[in-house]
Amino acid sequence: MALPTTANGLPAIPGAARAGFARTWARRLGRLTESRPAAIGAGLVLFWVVAAILAPVIAPYPPNASSMLAVAHPTPSAAHWLGTDHLGRDILSRILWGARTVLTVAPLAVLGAAILGSLLGLTAGYYRGVVDVVIVRACDIVLSFPVIILYMIILAHFGSSAVNIVAVLTLTKAPIIARIVRGLTLELREREYVAAAKMRGESPLYIMLAEILPNARGPLIVDMCLRTGYNVVIIGALGFLGIGLPPPDPDWGGMVKDTYGMMSVWPHMALFPCAAISSLVIGFNLLAVGLREIGLRD
Amino acid sequence: MTESPVLALEHARISYWTRAGEVNVVPDLSFEITPGEALGLVGESGCGKSTVALAVVRYLGRSGRLVSGRILVEGRDVASLGAAELRALRGRRVAMVYQDPMASLNPVMTVGQQLMEVPMLHEGLSAAAARERALAMLDEVKLLDGERMLARYPHQLSGGQQQRIVIAMALIAEPALLIMDEPTTGLDVTVEASVLDLVRELRRRHQTAVLFISHNLGTVVRVCDRIGVMYAGELVEEGTIRQVFTNPRHPYTRGLLDCLPALGRDKHQAPLVPIPGQVAPALARPVGCAFAPRCAHVEPGRCTMAPIASVPLEGEPGHGALCVRALELPGWERRRSVAVVSGERAAGPTVVEVDGLHKLYADRRGLFGSGRAAVRALNGVDLRVARGETLAIVGESGCGKSTLARVLAGLETASAGRVLIDGAEVGGTRVESRPLSIKRTLQMVFQNPDSTLNPSHSAGYAIRRALRLLRGVAARDDGQETARLLDVVRLPVELADRKPDRLSGGQKQRVAIARALAGNPEVIVADEPVSALDVSVQASIINLLNEIQAERAATLIFISHDLSVVRYLADQVAVMYLGTIVEAGRVAQVFTPPFHPYTEALLSAVPVPDPDASGARIVLEGPLPSATEQPVGCPFSGRCPRRIGAVCDETPPPLQRLASGHRILCHIPADELAGAQLGAIAPSATR
Repeated sequence: MALPTTANGLPAIPGAARAGFARTWARRLGRLTESRPAAIGAGLVLFWVVAAILAPVIAPYPPNASSMLAVAHPTPSAAHWLGTDHLGRDILSRILWGARTVLTVAPLAVLGAAILGSLLGLTAGYYRGVVDVVIVRACDIVLSFPVIILYMIILAHFGSSAVNIVAVLTLTKAPIIARIVRGLTLELREREYVAAAKMRGESPLYIMLAEILPNARGPLIVDMCLRTGYNVVIIGALGFLGIGLPPPDPDWGGMVKDTYGMMSVWPHMALFPCAAISSLVIGFNLLAVGLREIGLRD
Repeated sequence: MTESPVLALEHARISYWTRAGEVNVVPDLSFEITPGEALGLVGESGCGKSTVALAVVRYLGRSGRLVSGRILVEGRDVASLGAAELRALRGRRVAMVYQDPMASLNPVMTVGQQLMEVPMLHEGLSAAAARERALAMLDEVKLLDGERMLARYPHQLSGGQQQRIVIAMALIAEPALLIMDEPTTGLDVTVEASVLDLVRELRRRHQTAVLFISHNLGTVVRVCDRIGVMYAGELVEEGTIRQVFTNPRHPYTRGLLDCLPALGRDKHQAPLVPIPGQVAPALARPVGCAFAPRCAHVEPGRCTMAPIASVPLEGEPGHGALCVRALELPGWERRRSVAVVSGERAAGPTVVEVDGLHKLYADRRGLFGSGRAAVRALNGVDLRVARGETLAIVGESGCGKSTLARVLAGLETASAGRVLIDGAEVGGTRVESRPLSIKRTLQMVFQNPDSTLNPSHSAGYAIRRALRLLRGVAARDDGQETARLLDVVRLPVELADRKPDRLSGGQKQRVAIARALAGNPEVIVADEPVSALDVSVQASIINLLNEIQAERAATLIFISHDLSVVRYLADQVAVMYLGTIVEAGRVAQVFTPPFHPYTEALLSAVPVPDPDASGARIVLEGPLPSATEQPVGCPFSGRCPRRIGAVCDETPPPLQRLASGHRILCHIPADELAGAQLGAIAPSATR
């Protein structure tokens, strides 16, 4: 966004400005502790983010290394805390490495959906009329497809890769964000500061991005948080259906798929990846709930 | 008076707990209300008036608490009541009426259900008996056609009707104490006048004690016997209405009285005197007198050393002021105007010209937008505004005055007619398509201080953007220019970096004015710029607009519902009713007979803060009619107290042109109007 934040004519003190910025963010993060769901959610998400970043350091084994010894005794042990899978690969290491993919693909897809959805929603809500009808109808069409089938068709056709999954998730989630942003825009466009911006001759694009969008950020951030959680579920489901990230890279959903047949004998092989998925999803959901709570308090 | 008081506060100390710790809103408050008495509490917002009202019914929420002292309702300590007793107290002995009637009424229940609920719940009455009571009560609050009214939902009623229902709900339990918190603030003057009359009448009849909270001294005069002026949680002056209004002893009371524009004065005679500064936050309460930092009579040392005690006034029982200098201050005189002589200025060339302006809003009904009914917001408006003049447009809400402002500003387009700004036709052009020179010429100041500035950007941001776009000021110079503009609106330059949530309402409105001035406009359209502000702040903003207008010889088009402000500020006045200008002319002409009957009604409804102003009031019956129908005759005929017969309903009234531009749209000949009105007129208007 091209905000006129620099060169306001006053002697520039960049350090001071940056310190202020850092303080603002520290204050905002500090506010997470005001709400219990937000604190717990942030803790869970942070746990997985740290785990993903440190995976190469803390994972006890390479994710794809299989131990012949362990195949016979895959249950958790001192050598393999969470046990090994049917190929003798260390489950803890695979979960840690798997977190890296999930925590890259899910937020990226949400970011993509937020950008595309915001632009669509702003345009529809700001211009209204025919533009609005066209955008809303197009969104409805996308939303009316059963998504999993849509993913299967697209991914089967273009092949499964991280980039394609991000693209597919972006396209299917953008309409939902577009609806939210459109609703907010319809309300915000009537504000007096928007009228004032028109009266000084701002361009519509500038009004949408600099006057309206920043004031829609509260609900938008909450929704992005929630949607990241949903994306984690979907990525898991895609992995389970076998159209997730290509093997042999660790993928939580894929780990469940490979081992759920052995559920009755070695339940840990599928349960631990499932637990990883749930804890991350719950983390994002709680964070969203908490953010909404904090937002409502203002 | 030996009766035991209905409400007594004894050294009540009320605080809220926040993250910053205890915020002491009311430090030590004592007062009493005897049965049947009405006490008005006045003061700026943030003075703790509403906190007191909530504390009486122990409804302060989780963070608020009565720390020490006692609050007694009919002799019973509110703090000691159990849950059931408290419920009984709130339901039967104390009733409340708040500012927004829609917030007090349940939108999914009919009026009847809500009214009947009270006696059924609290007195165990049968539905039939409760219905009887409800009908009787509706009759008392002067709502005609009670049976049908009972079956309606709140959204089907007008604001005035809703507030009457809320009052009926409050009184149906025959409470001993009625608490009214700004009950008429959201209503039009004409409706306000009738609601206030109703309250006065009902409290006499039911012998209900009233705690009446208002920021408007004029409304308090109409309803109350005694008045308490609150400042920073303290009762700085207390006494009967007459005592306080004729001999105010506390500088704050005087400040409140002085910053009110009165109907008889205009800007050429006596400028308004705003109270400088703003209410200190409760966390930073000064030692000694809380008002000292803003007081013109402050004596350093004496006023700021120790807590101030209330000084009783000799010869005036019950009148006291919380001021060490209460007895030594010189006498106060209500500023009355001399004869009305406006400083007539030679009118400059016409800057804004409006001819036969119509604005229709298509009201889409049905699935395919068929069956359209058009709302006629503007119905043939003609106006001419000269350079350097202030034109005020007045009328009740829904009369089309804001629509007119928005068409002028290009936020709406005209459906028919012409709008010329500096000779260029712009009526059909949205502001986005107007040339830069027109954008520069005409700028607007908006009503709501909370939405006029973007909460995501600093105060200086909007000014800098306006400078850059309207005047092409380069980024490296805009800081200096911004500082200059902030100085024009009397704001320190540091405020430029603040976000709006850290500015007060008055400061926000000043920033908005600075933003409008950035392009050096010739015409400033101000749509109710002060209606959301406190009186003291209002006075300073009005003064500021006045100065700016005079200094730049700019044209000010001022939209307002407040006739005293209009009387003070305007050179020309246009009175609007249902999208039509019914009277227009110089301010002195419009405010003296002959008036249009609508102007007359508006004038008589203005609450005047003067106990001697007891003019006979004209109360307009019924709400503003719907604007979907094109009226055949006079738009005002349905509510007009001077209606002369069928001709009013059937024939459009003629435009009577009187002396020097004064025009009245009425069937009654002007001299006849003048004759009738000179006799009956509210004295306040001519004083």
